[in-house]
Amino acid sequence: MYNFFFLEVPEHLPFLLKGALVTIELSLISMILGTLLGFFLAIGRLSPRRVLRLPLDVFVEIIRDTPLIVQLLLIYFSLPEAGIVLSAFWAGIAGLTLNLAAYLSEVFRAAISAVDPGQKAAAISLGMSPVAVYRRVVIPQAGLACLPTLGGYFVALLKDCSLVSFISVNELLRHATIVISDTFDSMNTYIMVAIIYFVMSFVSARIIRQIEIRLTPSNRRGTITIPLTMDKEGAR
Amino acid sequence: MNAFSAPSSTPVLSVRQLRKSYAGNPVLKSVDLSVHQGEIACLIGPSGAGKSTILRCINFLEKPEAGEITFFGERLCSEDGNVFHTAPERALQAARARMPMVFQHFNLFSHRTVIENVMEGQIVVLRRHKDEARERARTCLARVGMLDRAEFYPDQLSGGQKQRVAIARALAMSPALILFDEPTSALDPGLVQEVQSVMRDLSAEGMTMLIVTHDMRLVKSIATTVHFCADGHILESGSPALLLHKTNPGRIRTFMAAAAH
Ligand SMILES: Nc1ncnc2c1ncn2[C@@H]1O[C@H](COP(=O)(O)OP(=O)(O)OP(=O)(O)O)[C@@H](O)[C@H]1O
Ligand SMILES: [Mg+2]
Repeated sequence: MYNFFFLEVPEHLPFLLKGALVTIELSLISMILGTLLGFFLAIGRLSPRRVLRLPLDVFVEIIRDTPLIVQLLLIYFSLPEAGIVLSAFWAGIAGLTLNLAAYLSEVFRAAISAVDPGQKAAAISLGMSPVAVYRRVVIPQAGLACLPTLGGYFVALLKDCSLVSFISVNELLRHATIVISDTFDSMNTYIMVAIIYFVMSFVSARIIRQIEIRLTPSNRRGTITIPLTMDKEGAR
Repeated sequence: MNAFSAPSSTPVLSVRQLRKSYAGNPVLKSVDLSVHQGEIACLIGPSGAGKSTILRCINFLEKPEAGEITFFGERLCSEDGNVFHTAPERALQAARARMPMVFQHFNLFSHRTVIENVMEGQIVVLRRHKDEARERARTCLARVGMLDRAEFYPDQLSGGQKQRVAIARALAMSPALILFDEPTSALDPGLVQEVQSVMRDLSAEGMTMLIVTHDMRLVKSIATTVHFCADGHILESGSPALLLHKTNPGRIRTFMAAAAH
Protein backbone atom coordinates (compact mmCIF):
# COMPACT_ATOMS: atom_id res chain seq x y z
CA MET A 1 0.00 0.00 0.00
CA TYR A 2 1.11 3.48 -0.72
CA ASN A 3 2.83 4.94 2.27
CA PHE A 4 1.97 8.60 2.37
CA PHE A 5 5.22 10.49 2.66
CA PHE A 6 4.12 12.97 5.29
CA LEU A 7 4.17 10.13 7.81
CA GLU A 8 7.82 9.10 7.49
CA VAL A 9 9.90 11.73 5.84
CA PRO A 10 9.00 14.96 7.68
CA GLU A 11 11.23 14.17 10.64
CA HIS A 12 14.09 14.08 8.13
CA LEU A 13 12.95 17.29 6.49
CA PRO A 14 15.29 19.60 8.46
CA PHE A 15 18.19 17.38 7.42
CA LEU A 16 17.10 17.59 3.77
CA LEU A 17 16.71 21.35 4.04
CA LYS A 18 20.20 21.59 5.47
CA GLY A 19 21.37 19.87 2.29
CA ALA A 20 19.29 22.27 0.24
CA LEU A 21 21.07 25.15 1.95
CA VAL A 22 24.41 23.74 0.79
CA THR A 23 22.96 23.42 -2.72
CA ILE A 24 22.01 27.10 -2.59
CA GLU A 25 25.48 28.02 -1.33
CA LEU A 26 27.11 26.00 -4.10
CA SER A 27 24.99 27.58 -6.80
CA LEU A 28 25.32 31.13 -5.53
CA ILE A 29 29.09 30.97 -5.23
CA SER A 30 29.59 29.25 -8.59
CA MET A 31 27.09 31.58 -10.17
CA ILE A 32 29.06 34.64 -9.13
CA LEU A 33 32.49 33.15 -9.91
CA GLY A 34 31.27 31.55 -13.14
CA THR A 35 29.73 34.79 -14.38
CA LEU A 36 32.89 36.75 -13.68
CA LEU A 37 35.16 34.15 -15.21
CA GLY A 38 32.80 33.73 -18.18
CA PHE A 39 32.91 37.46 -18.78
CA PHE A 40 36.71 37.60 -18.83
CA LEU A 41 36.83 34.49 -21.00
CA ALA A 42 34.50 36.21 -23.47
CA ILE A 43 36.63 39.36 -23.53
CA GLY A 44 39.76 37.27 -24.05
CA ARG A 45 38.14 35.27 -26.82
CA LEU A 46 37.13 38.49 -28.60
CA SER A 47 40.71 39.69 -28.53
CA PRO A 48 42.34 40.22 -31.92
CA ARG A 49 45.40 38.43 -30.54
CA ARG A 50 45.54 34.81 -31.52
CA VAL A 51 47.92 33.83 -28.70
CA LEU A 52 45.24 34.85 -26.24
CA ARG A 53 42.23 33.64 -28.19
CA LEU A 54 43.40 30.18 -29.13
CA PRO A 55 44.07 28.65 -25.68
CA LEU A 56 40.81 30.07 -24.37
CA ASP A 57 38.89 28.64 -27.32
CA VAL A 58 40.49 25.26 -26.69
CA PHE A 59 39.67 25.42 -22.97
CA VAL A 60 36.01 26.25 -23.65
CA GLU A 61 35.77 23.52 -26.26
CA ILE A 62 37.15 20.89 -23.88
CA ILE A 63 34.76 21.89 -21.09
CA ARG A 64 31.80 21.88 -23.43
CA ASP A 65 32.65 18.51 -24.94
CA THR A 66 33.07 16.57 -21.69
CA PRO A 67 30.40 15.74 -19.11
CA LEU A 68 30.29 17.87 -15.98
CA ILE A 69 30.36 14.77 -13.80
CA VAL A 70 33.65 13.66 -15.37
CA GLN A 71 35.11 17.12 -14.80
CA LEU A 72 34.07 16.97 -11.16
CA LEU A 73 35.60 13.54 -10.68
CA LEU A 74 38.82 14.71 -12.32
CA ILE A 75 39.06 17.79 -10.14
CA TYR A 76 38.33 15.94 -6.92
CA PHE A 77 40.15 12.64 -7.45
CA SER A 78 42.85 13.33 -10.06
CA LEU A 79 44.05 16.84 -9.29
CA PRO A 80 45.46 15.79 -5.88
CA GLU A 81 47.92 13.60 -7.77
CA ALA A 82 49.13 16.77 -9.43
CA GLY A 83 49.49 18.30 -5.99
CA ILE A 84 46.27 20.33 -5.99
CA VAL A 85 44.07 19.19 -3.12
CA LEU A 86 40.63 20.74 -2.81
CA SER A 87 37.96 19.94 -0.26
CA ALA A 88 34.89 18.30 -1.75
CA PHE A 89 32.95 21.54 -1.45
CA TRP A 90 35.56 23.64 -3.24
CA ALA A 91 36.21 20.96 -5.83
CA GLY A 92 32.48 21.15 -6.53
CA ILE A 93 32.62 24.92 -6.76
CA ALA A 94 35.62 24.71 -9.09
CA GLY A 95 33.88 22.25 -11.44
CA LEU A 96 30.59 24.10 -11.51
CA THR A 97 32.34 27.45 -11.99
CA LEU A 98 34.51 26.30 -14.89
CA ASN A 99 31.54 24.66 -16.53
CA LEU A 100 29.25 27.66 -16.19
CA ALA A 101 32.02 30.04 -17.27
CA ALA A 102 32.66 28.08 -20.47
CA TYR A 103 29.02 28.17 -21.49
CA LEU A 104 28.49 31.77 -20.42
CA SER A 105 31.54 32.92 -22.34
CA GLU A 106 29.70 31.84 -25.49
CA VAL A 107 26.60 33.77 -24.43
CA PHE A 108 28.58 36.88 -23.51
CA ARG A 109 30.67 36.74 -26.65
CA ALA A 110 27.59 36.60 -28.83
CA ALA A 111 25.90 39.41 -26.90
CA ILE A 112 28.97 41.64 -27.04
CA SER A 113 29.39 41.08 -30.78
CA ALA A 114 25.74 41.90 -31.31
CA VAL A 115 25.95 45.40 -29.81
CA ASP A 116 25.03 47.98 -32.44
CA PRO A 117 28.29 49.15 -34.10
CA GLY A 118 26.63 52.50 -34.75
CA GLN A 119 26.28 53.14 -31.03
CA LYS A 120 29.90 52.19 -30.49
CA ALA A 121 30.89 54.61 -33.25
CA ALA A 122 28.77 57.30 -31.59
CA ALA A 123 30.53 56.73 -28.27
CA ILE A 124 33.96 56.86 -29.92
CA SER A 125 33.04 59.99 -31.83
CA LEU A 126 32.21 61.72 -28.54
CA GLY A 127 35.82 61.11 -27.50
CA MET A 128 35.34 58.08 -25.25
CA SER A 129 38.32 55.81 -24.67
CA PRO A 130 37.94 52.16 -25.75
CA VAL A 131 37.55 51.20 -22.09
CA ALA A 132 34.83 53.81 -21.58
CA VAL A 133 32.99 52.58 -24.69
CA TYR A 134 33.01 49.09 -23.19
CA ARG A 135 32.00 50.20 -19.74
CA ARG A 136 29.29 52.68 -20.72
CA VAL A 137 27.81 51.22 -23.90
CA VAL A 138 28.89 47.68 -24.76
CA ILE A 139 28.63 46.01 -21.35
CA PRO A 140 25.28 47.51 -20.28
CA GLN A 141 23.68 46.64 -23.60
CA ALA A 142 25.18 43.17 -23.89
CA GLY A 143 24.24 42.57 -20.25
CA LEU A 144 20.62 43.45 -20.88
CA ALA A 145 20.54 41.33 -24.01
CA CYS A 146 21.73 38.19 -22.24
CA LEU A 147 19.75 38.52 -19.01
CA PRO A 148 17.02 36.04 -20.05
CA THR A 149 19.58 33.45 -21.19
CA LEU A 150 21.59 34.03 -18.03
CA GLY A 151 18.49 33.29 -15.94
CA GLY A 152 18.08 29.96 -17.70
CA TYR A 153 21.70 29.01 -17.02
CA PHE A 154 21.38 29.90 -13.34
CA VAL A 155 18.36 27.64 -12.89
CA ALA A 156 20.17 24.87 -14.76
CA LEU A 157 23.15 25.36 -12.45
CA LEU A 158 20.98 24.93 -9.37
CA LYS A 159 19.93 21.52 -10.67
CA ASP A 160 23.45 20.59 -11.85
CA CYS A 161 24.58 21.03 -8.26
CA SER A 162 23.03 17.62 -7.56
CA LEU A 163 25.97 16.10 -9.47
CA VAL A 164 28.45 17.12 -6.79
CA SER A 165 26.86 14.51 -4.48
CA PHE A 166 29.08 12.10 -6.44
CA ILE A 167 32.16 13.70 -4.94
CA SER A 168 30.66 13.49 -1.45
CA VAL A 169 29.58 17.11 -0.99
CA ASN A 170 26.81 17.12 1.58
CA GLU A 171 24.19 18.84 -0.50
CA LEU A 172 20.53 18.03 -0.99
CA LEU A 173 20.79 14.86 -3.07
CA ARG A 174 23.49 13.35 -0.88
CA HIS A 175 21.47 14.06 2.24
CA ALA A 176 18.60 12.31 0.49
CA THR A 177 20.67 9.13 -0.01
CA ILE A 178 21.59 9.25 3.68
CA VAL A 179 17.92 9.54 4.63
CA ILE A 180 17.09 6.61 2.36
CA SER A 181 19.76 4.41 3.89
CA ASP A 182 18.11 5.23 7.20
CA THR A 183 14.43 4.88 6.28
CA PHE A 184 14.54 2.61 3.20
CA ASP A 185 11.83 4.91 1.85
CA SER A 186 13.37 5.98 -1.43
CA MET A 187 10.12 6.87 -3.13
CA ASN A 188 8.93 9.45 -0.63
CA THR A 189 12.38 10.84 -0.06
CA TYR A 190 12.92 11.42 -3.75
CA ILE A 191 9.48 12.99 -4.07
CA MET A 192 10.42 15.33 -1.26
CA VAL A 193 13.74 16.10 -2.91
CA ALA A 194 12.01 16.78 -6.22
CA ILE A 195 9.62 19.15 -4.50
CA ILE A 196 12.46 21.03 -2.83
CA TYR A 197 14.34 21.35 -6.14
CA PHE A 198 11.16 22.50 -7.83
CA VAL A 199 10.51 25.19 -5.23
CA MET A 200 14.11 26.42 -5.37
CA SER A 201 14.15 26.55 -9.18
CA PHE A 202 10.72 28.10 -9.42
CA VAL A 203 11.47 30.81 -6.88
CA SER A 204 14.86 31.65 -8.38
CA ALA A 205 13.39 31.81 -11.88
CA ARG A 206 10.80 34.29 -10.56
CA ILE A 207 13.46 36.36 -8.83
CA ILE A 208 15.60 36.46 -11.98
CA ARG A 209 12.58 37.46 -14.05
CA GLN A 210 11.84 40.31 -11.64
CA ILE A 211 15.44 41.53 -11.85
CA GLU A 212 15.21 41.33 -15.63
CA ILE A 213 12.03 43.43 -15.70
CA ARG A 214 13.54 45.90 -13.27
CA LEU A 215 16.66 46.35 -15.39
CA THR A 216 14.99 46.68 -18.80
CA PRO A 217 15.20 50.38 -19.65
CA SER A 218 11.67 50.83 -20.95
CA ASN A 219 10.26 49.38 -17.73
CA ARG A 220 12.15 51.76 -15.50
CA ARG A 221 10.48 54.37 -13.36
CA GLY A 222 9.27 57.64 -14.74
CA THR A 223 9.00 56.42 -18.30
CA ILE A 224 5.97 57.11 -20.39
CA THR A 225 5.47 54.20 -22.74
CA ILE A 226 1.99 55.04 -23.97
CA PRO A 227 0.62 58.54 -24.52
CA LEU A 228 -1.18 59.43 -21.30
CA THR A 229 -4.50 60.19 -22.97
CA MET A 230 -4.64 56.72 -24.47
CA ASP A 231 -3.80 55.24 -21.09
CA LYS A 232 -6.75 56.99 -19.48
CA GLU A 233 -9.07 55.96 -22.30
CA GLY A 234 -8.05 52.37 -21.77
CA ALA A 235 -8.63 52.55 -18.03
CA ARG A 236 -12.23 53.65 -18.44
CA MET B 1 41.11 84.41 -59.12
CA ASN B 2 38.14 82.30 -58.24
CA ALA B 3 34.80 84.08 -57.90
CA PHE B 4 34.62 82.36 -54.55
CA SER B 5 37.28 82.99 -51.95
CA ALA B 6 37.55 81.26 -48.62
CA PRO B 7 37.83 83.24 -45.39
CA SER B 8 41.45 84.07 -44.74
CA SER B 9 41.74 83.08 -41.07
CA THR B 10 43.51 79.82 -40.19
CA PRO B 11 41.06 77.01 -40.71
CA VAL B 12 39.40 75.07 -37.88
CA LEU B 13 40.06 71.93 -39.85
CA SER B 14 42.42 71.31 -42.67
CA VAL B 15 42.84 68.08 -44.59
CA ARG B 16 45.65 67.60 -47.06
CA GLN B 17 46.32 64.73 -49.44
CA LEU B 18 44.32 62.34 -47.33
CA ARG B 19 44.45 58.76 -48.55
CA LYS B 20 42.60 55.66 -47.48
CA SER B 21 41.96 52.27 -49.02
CA TYR B 22 40.02 49.22 -48.00
CA ALA B 23 41.73 45.90 -48.70
CA GLY B 24 43.99 47.46 -51.31
CA ASN B 25 41.10 49.19 -52.98
CA PRO B 26 41.74 52.97 -52.91
CA VAL B 27 38.68 54.87 -51.72
CA LEU B 28 40.27 58.24 -50.94
CA LYS B 29 43.04 59.01 -53.40
CA SER B 30 43.99 62.51 -52.36
CA VAL B 31 41.52 64.64 -50.51
CA ASP B 32 42.12 68.32 -49.74
CA LEU B 33 39.61 70.22 -47.73
CA SER B 34 39.49 72.96 -45.15
CA VAL B 35 36.76 74.31 -42.94
CA HIS B 36 36.92 77.78 -41.37
CA GLN B 37 35.30 79.21 -38.29
CA GLY B 38 31.56 79.72 -38.85
CA GLU B 39 31.62 78.00 -42.21
CA ILE B 40 28.90 75.57 -43.26
CA ALA B 41 30.67 73.23 -45.64
CA CYS B 42 28.56 70.72 -47.52
CA LEU B 43 30.16 67.66 -49.04
CA ILE B 44 28.17 66.25 -51.94
CA GLY B 45 28.81 63.63 -54.58
CA PRO B 46 27.61 60.34 -55.96
CA SER B 47 27.07 57.29 -53.81
CA GLY B 48 30.30 55.43 -53.10
CA ALA B 49 32.40 58.52 -53.75
CA GLY B 50 33.97 58.27 -50.31
CA LYS B 51 32.12 61.07 -48.49
CA SER B 52 31.43 59.07 -45.35
CA THR B 53 34.97 57.77 -45.41
CA ILE B 54 36.27 61.35 -45.40
CA LEU B 55 34.23 62.18 -42.28
CA ARG B 56 35.20 58.96 -40.55
CA CYS B 57 38.86 59.60 -41.24
CA ILE B 58 38.62 63.17 -39.98
CA ASN B 59 37.61 62.02 -36.52
CA PHE B 60 39.58 58.78 -36.77
CA LEU B 61 36.70 56.35 -36.67
CA GLU B 62 38.77 54.98 -39.56
CA LYS B 63 42.50 55.28 -39.63
CA PRO B 64 43.78 57.25 -42.63
CA GLU B 65 46.79 55.86 -44.46
CA ALA B 66 48.54 58.99 -45.57
CA GLY B 67 48.12 62.72 -45.61
CA GLU B 68 47.72 65.39 -43.02
CA ILE B 69 44.82 66.41 -40.81
CA THR B 70 45.13 69.54 -38.71
CA PHE B 71 42.46 70.51 -36.22
CA PHE B 72 42.85 73.84 -34.42
CA GLY B 73 46.52 73.93 -35.31
CA GLU B 74 47.11 70.50 -33.86
CA ARG B 75 48.35 67.76 -36.16
CA LEU B 76 46.18 64.66 -35.81
CA CYS B 77 48.19 62.91 -38.47
CA SER B 78 51.00 63.98 -40.72
CA GLU B 79 53.75 62.76 -42.95
CA ASP B 80 57.41 63.23 -42.22
CA GLY B 81 59.31 62.33 -45.32
CA ASN B 82 57.67 59.02 -46.06
CA VAL B 83 56.72 58.14 -42.50
CA PHE B 84 53.08 58.51 -41.52
CA HIS B 85 52.48 59.65 -37.94
CA THR B 86 49.26 59.58 -35.99
CA ALA B 87 48.77 61.61 -32.81
CA PRO B 88 48.53 59.55 -29.60
CA GLU B 89 45.13 58.04 -28.82
CA ARG B 90 44.63 60.55 -25.99
CA ALA B 91 45.02 63.50 -28.36
CA LEU B 92 42.64 61.90 -30.86
CA GLN B 93 40.03 61.42 -28.12
CA ALA B 94 40.33 65.06 -27.08
CA ALA B 95 39.96 66.14 -30.71
CA ARG B 96 36.90 63.94 -31.26
CA ALA B 97 35.20 65.47 -28.26
CA ARG B 98 35.49 68.85 -29.98
CA MET B 99 34.17 67.62 -33.34
CA PRO B 100 31.41 65.16 -32.53
CA MET B 101 29.53 63.44 -35.29
CA VAL B 102 25.83 63.17 -36.15
CA PHE B 103 25.00 59.96 -38.02
CA GLN B 104 22.49 59.00 -40.66
CA HIS B 105 20.94 56.41 -38.36
CA PHE B 106 21.10 58.61 -35.23
CA ASN B 107 22.97 55.99 -33.16
CA LEU B 108 21.48 57.13 -29.86
CA PHE B 109 22.37 54.99 -26.85
CA SER B 110 19.32 52.78 -26.65
CA HIS B 111 19.73 51.93 -22.97
CA ARG B 112 19.68 55.57 -21.89
CA THR B 113 16.99 58.21 -21.80
CA VAL B 114 17.10 61.26 -24.03
CA ILE B 115 18.65 63.44 -21.35
CA GLU B 116 21.11 60.70 -20.34
CA ASN B 117 22.19 60.47 -23.98
CA VAL B 118 22.97 64.16 -23.95
CA MET B 119 24.75 63.95 -20.56
CA GLU B 120 26.85 60.89 -21.39
CA GLY B 121 29.73 62.50 -23.28
CA GLN B 122 29.84 65.41 -20.86
CA ILE B 123 30.22 63.13 -17.85
CA VAL B 124 32.46 60.43 -19.31
CA VAL B 125 34.66 62.52 -21.59
CA LEU B 126 34.54 66.10 -20.34
CA ARG B 127 34.27 64.94 -16.70
CA ARG B 128 31.59 67.48 -15.95
CA HIS B 129 29.70 67.12 -12.71
CA LYS B 130 26.34 65.40 -13.08
CA ASP B 131 24.29 68.47 -12.16
CA GLU B 132 26.23 70.67 -14.54
CA ALA B 133 25.87 68.08 -17.31
CA ARG B 134 22.12 67.86 -16.69
CA GLU B 135 21.79 71.62 -16.79
CA ARG B 136 23.70 71.85 -20.07
CA ALA B 137 21.76 68.90 -21.50
CA ARG B 138 18.51 70.70 -20.75
CA THR B 139 19.75 73.82 -22.54
CA CYS B 140 20.79 71.80 -25.59
CA LEU B 141 17.55 69.85 -25.67
CA ALA B 142 15.62 73.11 -25.50
CA ARG B 143 17.61 74.40 -28.46
CA VAL B 144 16.48 71.46 -30.60
CA GLY B 145 12.95 71.52 -29.17
CA MET B 146 13.22 68.18 -27.37
CA LEU B 147 13.16 69.21 -23.72
CA ASP B 148 9.66 67.82 -23.22
CA ARG B 149 10.93 64.36 -24.21
CA ALA B 150 13.89 64.38 -21.82
CA GLU B 151 12.80 61.24 -19.93
CA PHE B 152 11.85 59.20 -23.00
CA TYR B 153 13.92 56.33 -24.37
CA PRO B 154 15.13 56.53 -27.98
CA ASP B 155 12.76 53.79 -29.16
CA GLN B 156 9.86 55.98 -28.10
CA LEU B 157 10.82 58.76 -30.52
CA SER B 158 10.26 59.43 -34.21
CA GLY B 159 13.25 59.57 -36.57
CA GLY B 160 13.21 63.36 -36.68
CA GLN B 161 13.10 63.52 -32.89
CA LYS B 162 15.97 61.05 -32.58
CA GLN B 163 18.08 63.09 -34.95
CA ARG B 164 17.37 66.27 -32.99
CA VAL B 165 18.47 64.50 -29.81
CA ALA B 166 21.63 63.33 -31.61
CA ILE B 167 22.31 66.96 -32.54
CA ALA B 168 21.78 67.99 -28.92
CA ARG B 169 24.19 65.25 -27.83
CA ALA B 170 26.83 66.76 -30.15
CA LEU B 171 26.04 70.32 -29.05
CA ALA B 172 26.47 69.39 -25.40
CA MET B 173 30.17 68.79 -26.01
CA SER B 174 30.61 72.53 -26.75
CA PRO B 175 32.04 71.54 -30.13
CA ALA B 176 34.25 73.60 -32.38
CA LEU B 177 32.89 71.72 -35.37
CA ILE B 178 30.04 69.27 -35.88
CA LEU B 179 30.34 66.53 -38.51
CA PHE B 180 27.09 65.41 -40.10
CA ASP B 181 26.82 62.26 -42.21
CA GLU B 182 23.58 62.42 -44.17
CA PRO B 183 21.54 63.63 -41.21
CA THR B 184 18.23 63.65 -43.10
CA SER B 185 18.64 60.62 -45.36
CA ALA B 186 16.99 58.09 -43.06
CA LEU B 187 13.98 60.29 -42.33
CA ASP B 188 10.46 60.14 -43.70
CA PRO B 189 9.87 63.10 -46.01
CA GLY B 190 7.62 64.78 -43.46
CA LEU B 191 10.32 64.70 -40.79
CA VAL B 192 13.18 66.15 -42.86
CA GLN B 193 11.99 69.69 -42.29
CA GLU B 194 12.31 69.67 -38.49
CA VAL B 195 15.92 68.51 -38.65
CA GLN B 196 16.78 70.98 -41.42
CA SER B 197 15.29 73.76 -39.38
CA VAL B 198 17.38 72.85 -36.32
CA MET B 199 20.48 72.84 -38.50
CA ARG B 200 19.59 76.24 -39.95
CA ASP B 201 19.21 77.62 -36.41
CA LEU B 202 22.69 76.32 -35.57
CA SER B 203 24.16 77.92 -38.68
CA ALA B 204 22.52 81.22 -37.79
CA GLU B 205 24.16 80.98 -34.37
CA GLY B 206 27.55 80.64 -36.05
CA MET B 207 28.20 76.93 -35.46
CA THR B 208 30.86 75.51 -37.76
CA MET B 209 29.63 72.44 -39.61
CA LEU B 210 30.81 69.91 -42.16
CA ILE B 211 27.81 68.20 -43.69
CA VAL B 212 27.73 65.19 -46.01
CA THR B 213 24.36 65.19 -47.68
CA HIS B 214 22.31 64.32 -50.74
CA ASP B 215 19.67 66.83 -49.71
CA MET B 216 20.01 69.71 -52.19
CA ARG B 217 17.40 71.79 -50.41
CA LEU B 218 19.52 71.66 -47.30
CA VAL B 219 22.60 72.59 -49.34
CA LYS B 220 20.89 75.58 -50.92
CA SER B 221 19.45 76.86 -47.67
CA ILE B 222 22.46 76.39 -45.43
CA ALA B 223 25.80 75.95 -47.23
CA THR B 224 28.44 78.63 -47.37
CA THR B 225 30.76 76.27 -49.26
CA VAL B 226 30.07 73.19 -51.34
CA HIS B 227 32.63 70.48 -52.07
CA PHE B 228 31.91 68.06 -54.87
CA CYS B 229 33.49 64.69 -54.24
CA ALA B 230 33.91 61.84 -56.72
CA ASP B 231 36.34 58.98 -57.25
CA GLY B 232 38.25 59.68 -54.06
CA HIS B 233 38.97 63.34 -54.84
CA ILE B 234 37.34 66.67 -54.17
CA LEU B 235 36.74 67.67 -57.78
CA GLU B 236 35.39 71.14 -57.15
CA SER B 237 34.85 73.51 -54.24
CA GLY B 238 32.94 76.76 -54.25
CA SER B 239 29.91 78.69 -53.17
CA PRO B 240 26.58 76.92 -53.70
CA ALA B 241 25.61 79.46 -56.32
CA LEU B 242 28.79 78.78 -58.27
CA LEU B 243 28.47 75.02 -58.12
CA LEU B 244 24.84 75.17 -59.16
CA HIS B 245 25.65 77.56 -61.99
CA LYS B 246 25.16 76.44 -65.56
CA THR B 247 28.79 76.84 -66.53
CA ASN B 248 30.15 74.29 -64.10
CA PRO B 249 31.62 71.03 -65.42
CA GLY B 250 29.27 68.51 -66.94
CA ARG B 251 29.72 65.94 -64.24
CA ILE B 252 28.65 68.18 -61.38
CA ARG B 253 25.70 69.56 -63.32
CA THR B 254 24.48 66.07 -64.15
CA PHE B 255 24.81 65.11 -60.51
CA MET B 256 22.99 68.21 -59.34
CA ALA B 257 20.18 67.73 -61.82
CA ALA B 258 19.74 64.13 -60.71
CA ALA B 259 19.89 65.03 -57.03
CA ALA B 260 17.32 67.80 -57.39
CA HIS B 261 14.54 65.22 -57.61
N1 LIG C 1 34.54 49.20 -44.04
C1 LIG C 1 34.69 49.12 -45.39
N2 LIG C 1 35.28 48.05 -45.95
C2 LIG C 1 35.44 47.97 -47.29
N3 LIG C 1 35.04 48.90 -48.16
C3 LIG C 1 34.43 49.99 -47.67
C4 LIG C 1 34.22 50.17 -46.26
N4 LIG C 1 33.59 51.35 -46.05
C5 LIG C 1 33.43 51.88 -47.28
N5 LIG C 1 33.92 51.09 -48.26
C6 LIG C 1 33.92 51.37 -49.69
O1 LIG C 1 34.45 52.66 -49.86
C7 LIG C 1 33.75 53.36 -50.87
C8 LIG C 1 33.30 54.69 -50.33
O2 LIG C 1 32.36 54.49 -49.31
P1 LIG C 1 31.65 55.68 -48.54
O3 LIG C 1 30.73 55.08 -47.57
O4 LIG C 1 32.66 56.62 -48.03
O5 LIG C 1 30.83 56.36 -49.72
P2 LIG C 1 29.80 57.57 -49.63
O6 LIG C 1 30.30 58.61 -50.55
O7 LIG C 1 29.55 57.95 -48.24
O8 LIG C 1 28.50 56.90 -50.28
P3 LIG C 1 26.97 57.11 -49.88
O9 LIG C 1 26.54 58.38 -50.51
O10 LIG C 1 26.30 55.92 -50.50
O11 LIG C 1 26.88 57.11 -48.40
C9 LIG C 1 32.62 52.46 -51.32
O12 LIG C 1 32.98 51.89 -52.54
C10 LIG C 1 32.52 51.43 -50.25
O13 LIG C 1 32.14 50.20 -50.80
MG1 LIG D 1 27.92 57.71 -46.87
